[in-house]
Amino acid sequence: MASVFSDIEMGPPIEVFKMVAEFNADPHPEKVNLSVGAYRGNDGKPWVLPVVRTVEAQMASDQTLNHEYLPVAGLPDFRTGACKMILGEEDPAIVQNRVAGVQALGGTGALKVAADFLRQNMKYEYVYVSTPTWENHKSLFTKAGFKVKEHRYWNAKTCSVDLEGMLEDLRTAPPKSVVILHAVAHNPTGTDPTQEQWKQIADVCEEKKLFVLMDCAYQGYTSGDLDKDAWSCRYFSQRGFEFFIAQSFSKNFGLYNERVGNLCVVCKDSDSKSKVLSQMELNVRVVWSNPSNHGARIVATVLNNPPLYAEWRESIKTMANRILFMREQLHQKLKAIGCPGNWDHIVQQQGMFSYTGLNEHQSEQMVKRFHIYMMKSGRISMAGLNSQNLDYVAKAINTVVTESMGQAQSRI
Amino acid sequence: MSAVKNVGSRVLFAATGRNYILPAVYSRCSSVWADVPLGPPDAILGITEAFKKDKNPKRINLGVGAYRDDAGKPFILESVKKAERQMIEEGLDHEYAPISGFPAFTEASAKLALGDNSPAVAGGLNATVQGISGTGSLRIGGDFLKRFYTKSHEIYFPTPTWGNHTPIFKDAGLTIKPYRYYDPKTCGFDFNGALEDISKIPEGSIILLHACAHNPTGVDPQPEQWKEISKVVKKRKLYPFFDVAYQGFGSGCIDKDAFGLRHFIADGHTLCLAQSYAKNMGLYGERVGAFTIVCSDKKEQERVMSQLKILIRPIYSNPPIHGAHIVAKVLNQPDLRSIWLKEVKQMADRIITMRTRLRDGLKKEGSSHNWQHITDQIGMFCFTGLKPPQVERLTNEFSVYLTKDGRISVAGLSSNNVDYLASAMHQVTK
Repeated sequence: MASVFSDIEMGPPIEVFKMVAEFNADPHPEKVNLSVGAYRGNDGKPWVLPVVRTVEAQMASDQTLNHEYLPVAGLPDFRTGACKMILGEEDPAIVQNRVAGVQALGGTGALKVAADFLRQNMKYEYVYVSTPTWENHKSLFTKAGFKVKEHRYWNAKTCSVDLEGMLEDLRTAPPKSVVILHAVAHNPTGTDPTQEQWKQIADVCEEKKLFVLMDCAYQGYTSGDLDKDAWSCRYFSQRGFEFFIAQSFSKNFGLYNERVGNLCVVCKDSDSKSKVLSQMELNVRVVWSNPSNHGARIVATVLNNPPLYAEWRESIKTMANRILFMREQLHQKLKAIGCPGNWDHIVQQQGMFSYTGLNEHQSEQMVKRFHIYMMKSGRISMAGLNSQNLDYVAKAINTVVTESMGQAQSRI
Repeated sequence: MSAVKNVGSRVLFAATGRNYILPAVYSRCSSVWADVPLGPPDAILGITEAFKKDKNPKRINLGVGAYRDDAGKPFILESVKKAERQMIEEGLDHEYAPISGFPAFTEASAKLALGDNSPAVAGGLNATVQGISGTGSLRIGGDFLKRFYTKSHEIYFPTPTWGNHTPIFKDAGLTIKPYRYYDPKTCGFDFNGALEDISKIPEGSIILLHACAHNPTGVDPQPEQWKEISKVVKKRKLYPFFDVAYQGFGSGCIDKDAFGLRHFIADGHTLCLAQSYAKNMGLYGERVGAFTIVCSDKKEQERVMSQLKILIRPIYSNPPIHGAHIVAKVLNQPDLRSIWLKEVKQMADRIITMRTRLRDGLKKEGSSHNWQHITDQIGMFCFTGLKPPQVERLTNEFSVYLTKDGRISVAGLSSNNVDYLASAMHQVTK
């Protein structure tokens, strides 16, 4: 009997996972993984934050801790802690009790909760994403039933935000449009709007009644300072927007595989907040029912315990500073070896990633010839750099750029 | 909704009993969600809420299906605790797991359901992904079948079935249809009704089967009945989807509880299954489950895996790993596994004991009804046969909380309250 699935085709591999798999299988002694966005120490290894180890050890030896179901919307201490962390305790929306958190499975899960609610309950039809954006934004929202539209964002010539283009595109948005904004450390470009530019973006969102969904995956991880990285979210709240913030604790807590996320829901009033929450709970019930306990408990414990919280803030600084240092170093080395082009964007960009400006061909060369695994968009994960591989990477960039001078992008 | 838009805070306070400060901008400018209605409370979780508010010291919560020990407390398995301590000693990192979960977990999970010597697993024919406990695994299955099972988009459920089955599969885009299952006259399995209905199901449809400890009735087919069901399902060329939420928890024996599923495999069905580790390992909140499609050949397995990953990525990207590590250790390490097998039997035995005591208690109270179904049924739940008015009395007069359909969670019973329940049940049924 022929299989009922005989017509299923092989799905295309998801680029970043494919890169990691190829990297892992590569026996080359000098291979470098600059693809996936996960923090690495200077030894090239994952770093479990000491405060996480402390709390996990406590939890494992606590005989009274059980694994009971969390409420559908998640662990209450986690939810309030997360919302306070992004908006700040003094934020008017928090003070007026019109903010709610919905715990979700990572930042992805938070985006999912938002997407399903906006589509199913609010009947939004369109979502605007930046060109480029994290590739899963498009898949997630398409699967949730949205029509995806792209707005201009990255100006390849100047390696900066094409604000005019962005605002022009957003002004053409039809009614019932959502816009996903990267709160800080734009993925993949590392290039964020200035405060003045954020104000203009907010103006257009207000004017066109765009529904704002902030994707905040790097609070604290970017500058080392939680409040600094939260500026754009706090600005939108202070301006009185009703909007969502999808928070991820993967990077700033190093809890990638525990799927710790929070959808922060900011409403004009407490009553709306309750209604929105109740509908989101119904939606969540048919996707994962209730979220996972372990990672949220770790985060809640840290956020609510001053000494642990202080220790955590130090760890964030450690990670952010190492990344900033690598940016500085790479920039210096490229200049020192006389790599053609202007490499200032390496230090102007921020967060995990850099859009190097290498084109597809050059990026492929980096992988094939030098076993330096990066995305074909030219994106590298700065966390993959360390003192051992910096020289090698800088030389490789210099080689691929010099050799393809004729085909390179104009800035390089 | 219009009340929210048009009136001021004092009226709203009177209406909702909630006090809140309205920012100046609110009262004239309507909120973007002015038309969002308040969602109905979840029926089952709502019962726990009501229970918590009840001041009666004799109150019993027989609503939600989570295991409790004889002191009425959550049971923390020693095998699980040991696994967690090992994980600390090993200093595991928290790097992203593969989208499908990691093999030590998925392979062990498939073997648990299909059997250690399963030829399907040995041949690498199982496309197994970690799912978010039972719900998430069922949902991935529903999504997958909607997208790739072209023969039919109808799924047949036993009547009754778990309350969340319908919303999950409906949201996945499938059409829900019933087949007879529970016989209210006998409080047992309507074997003939089930066979009759199944034999009329349009060819190629999907059929959902509870592997063991049927939720909510506790009524399972006997081994001989499973064989007959398999024959009819085969004849109609139906696609079986097994919900395996209670393996080990039903009879206390993991192999016995997998009889129906394994018989179907042996009988040549290609099928899929969703597993949950919420109950049998007490890992409720860690959301550990798995979804498996048994494929015809290795190449198909690879294609199916690739498509499952594409389905998962835009929902939550990759699964939460803490619970999966625990399960992998417990299943794969002989010492932990043997402790776990004892613990799961312990849980099942306590449930069986409570069933016996309840039945005996009703007899002692002088009830003239036949309560045999209480001990015939198996697993977490018992379909008492009580009608909604009787259920209401149980709750209002005796502070016994259960769902309207007369379902009780036997795990909520203990030496301290089983006699009270017997007397309360007798009062409302005599």
